[in-house]
Amino acid sequence: MEALIIHVLLTAMVVVIVALALTRNLFSVVVLSGIYSFLMATVLVALDAVDVAMTEAAVGAGVSTVLLLGALQLVASREAKPLHRPFLPLVVAIAVGGVLAYGSLGLPAFSDPQAPIHTHVAPRYLNDGPRETGVPNVVTAVLASYRGYDTLGETVVVFTAGAGVIALLRRRRKRPEEKQRKTDKEEKKA
Amino acid sequence: MKDDIILRVVAKLTMPFMLVFALYVQFHGDFGPGGGFQAGVIGAAAIVFYALIFGLRAGQRLVPEAVVEAMLAAGVLVYAGVGFAGLALGGAYLDYFVLDHDPVHGQHRGIFWVEAGVALTVSGVMLKLFYMFAGRGSAE
Repeated sequence: MEALIIHVLLTAMVVVIVALALTRNLFSVVVLSGIYSFLMATVLVALDAVDVAMTEAAVGAGVSTVLLLGALQLVASREAKPLHRPFLPLVVAIAVGGVLAYGSLGLPAFSDPQAPIHTHVAPRYLNDGPRETGVPNVVTAVLASYRGYDTLGETVVVFTAGAGVIALLRRRRKRPEEKQRKTDKEEKKA
Repeated sequence: MKDDIILRVVAKLTMPFMLVFALYVQFHGDFGPGGGFQAGVIGAAAIVFYALIFGLRAGQRLVPEAVVEAMLAAGVLVYAGVGFAGLALGGAYLDYFVLDHDPVHGQHRGIFWVEAGVALTVSGVMLKLFYMFAGRGSAE
């Protein structure tokens, strides 16, 4: 049953992606990517990754849809026709996709307990985590305690992204004396 | 959209639940799914929702830009500060065991403040992005 649900969701995601690639109306593109994010969030719930599903629903479907709509307000609502026929990018995309699909054949089977990722440090986290940290949720224990440096780095990345956007988009209010100088120049020209 | 009575009523009804859910995800993250990142995003989404319906100005009155910018930096400082607290108490950087007499309590304390830092930065960045994009279309 769970496999059926996931397959239905993945098929719906493929349909959404094809529609995304074909449509030229940017408003539909924004809405379709919101739908894609909600489908992705549902897949993640089905895979028992509720944390990631929450993030995907709130960021992917919620906030980024709003941000894209805000950006759409500033540009035309139809995508311009490409100047060249995009055959080379198509070939590159298909080749990269093919290589990725081929690479995924070498991965261990899904939820295989003998996969390397489950035999390295995961048993220690699962066995000793609750005793060492007193936190029953292993995900929180790993993120905040065992992998505290990584999460600090992530937080700094988020901060840097925000600071970068502020630096790019903030409108500087002209100081009064600068304005005055400008008008003086204009008067001289006149 | 502030003239639509249905949206206004629904927004006012759901806002408290969204904010409480964000707090629940934040403080229940030790036991259930969730944590600072998710809580920060949900809280920011609630404010964005409010600002969408009642207008950008109303959102900025609720959470002023200066507060948002302070949150952005405060989160990283709180997180890094937990690390320095560990150093000051004789442990390694980001060592939570030394934060309390009982090592397990120390872990709890460390994780609590670290998650609070993550939530502050994430919600600050999300809100700031929204304010910047939404404020750009309209003339000052």
